[in-house]
Amino acid sequence: MRTVAVIGGSLAGISAARALREHGFDGRVVVVGAEDRLPYDRPPLSKEFLADKIGIDDLALTTDADAELDLDWRLGETAVRLDPRGRSVVLASGQEVAADGVVLATGARARPWPGDDLPGVHTLRTVDDAIALRDGLRSGGRLVVIGAGFIGAEVASTARDLGVEVTVVEAERLPLAGVLGPELAAVCTSLHAEGGVRLIAGTPVAGLVGTDRVREVRLADGRAVPADVVVVGIGALPNVEWLAGSGVDHDPRGVWTDAAGATNLPNVVAAGDCTFSHCAYAGVELRQEHWTNALQQASAAAATLLGRDAAPARPAPPYFWSDQYGVRMQFAGHRTADDEVEIIEGDPDSRRFVAGYRRDGRLVAVFAMNQPKLFAKWRRQLAAPAAAPLA
Amino acid sequence: MILVGRPEDIPLGEAVRVEEGVEAPIAVFNVDGEFFAIDDTCTHQDASLADGWVEGCSVECPLHAACFDLRTGMPSGPPAKTPVRTHEVVVVDGFVYVRVAQAVEAAA
Repeated sequence: MRTVAVIGGSLAGISAARALREHGFDGRVVVVGAEDRLPYDRPPLSKEFLADKIGIDDLALTTDADAELDLDWRLGETAVRLDPRGRSVVLASGQEVAADGVVLATGARARPWPGDDLPGVHTLRTVDDAIALRDGLRSGGRLVVIGAGFIGAEVASTARDLGVEVTVVEAERLPLAGVLGPELAAVCTSLHAEGGVRLIAGTPVAGLVGTDRVREVRLADGRAVPADVVVVGIGALPNVEWLAGSGVDHDPRGVWTDAAGATNLPNVVAAGDCTFSHCAYAGVELRQEHWTNALQQASAAAATLLGRDAAPARPAPPYFWSDQYGVRMQFAGHRTADDEVEIIEGDPDSRRFVAGYRRDGRLVAVFAMNQPKLFAKWRRQLAAPAAAPLA
Repeated sequence: MILVGRPEDIPLGEAVRVEEGVEAPIAVFNVDGEFFAIDDTCTHQDASLADGWVEGCSVECPLHAACFDLRTGMPSGPPAKTPVRTHEVVVVDGFVYVRVAQAVEAAA
């Protein structure tokens, strides 16, 4: 193998490129990034960066040491077509990158609000999105966040700290219940009111109203919420459309891979937010739009591409965190609707606790608020549901 | 030298954070009765290593699970790419002190 094309210039892409070098690959590595920037960290975009506490330089994922990786960067370039045998990638500029191996790391994009773009309506995925939103919030006024997921809650929390009047609108009656279960979702949801943010849950949005710019958010029950700025936080879509006709198995959930990033084509692997992958821990297929997955799966995918053994000794549980309203939330493992929840350390009312999810008596997931050390301790006790003997 | 406290103020496997009198916070760890001091803030992102999990002679960043060797400050792997500073710890007359290192030592 002489040339590897890494398609995607964010965390998964740079992690794959580094892993290729760590595994001794000394051929050419071309990294194609849709944004005209070196890889940067996205989690702060809804928090410290949005609050203007840190700048663009603080987001850099690369260091001076990365110059040794000798990467051939193609930034500001979008891949538009993958040759059916995975031997070349065509870029939007018309350039063609011939490669013996391809890493798909194109990530995901924010799911837009349907309909025409209306000034004052934002999504948050890129640093440019964050800058535009920051400018929008600078004049104060009223912010309506559509979607009470983690991004929505983080934006609401940050905006409130900036002195903005914030309303969060959520279609589900209990936000985050699908991720955390009703008991802990209720604890998280209560943070909005405590933080001075109004939450309207259980009411879908019917439409956005305004002529030159957004003026109000119309709800399905007929209510109207006045808005100077709207943030749409209703999930992300994997960037996989360009793979049509490539022969790489994928669907709207992402590129199909095994736990080590292998696709159905031997010289094509995939990692990060664009994948729909077998999770060795959970024993099911998942799209894990989490920071740590972009790092770990990219490393495994690079090993797979080079024909090395990529499987860790113990399957790593999915992990994510969220910082909102002064609370650090951390979750690891895999939860299903029938798991039993118990508080294993602390007290939810104090916002300092650890909760465990049990399935057939086995600890399959943990969630913590403001208990990073105890979370680390309990995370080590997790038992992979995939390893459970069949009943 | 910066006073940290009595040895018994730093339980086994735990760390205390020193913020007074230092330019950047320092975390002082007790590993089986031996004390180690490193910069408290993870070089990858803003997280307190004093809140991290200690295993053997390394501490795991509580946010992204980057590990640092408490003796050398070196990260064991991604996401952290640069070492944290290490500081000398001395115990004098029943008190633990930290002698703050002046600059980041060159990584080997």
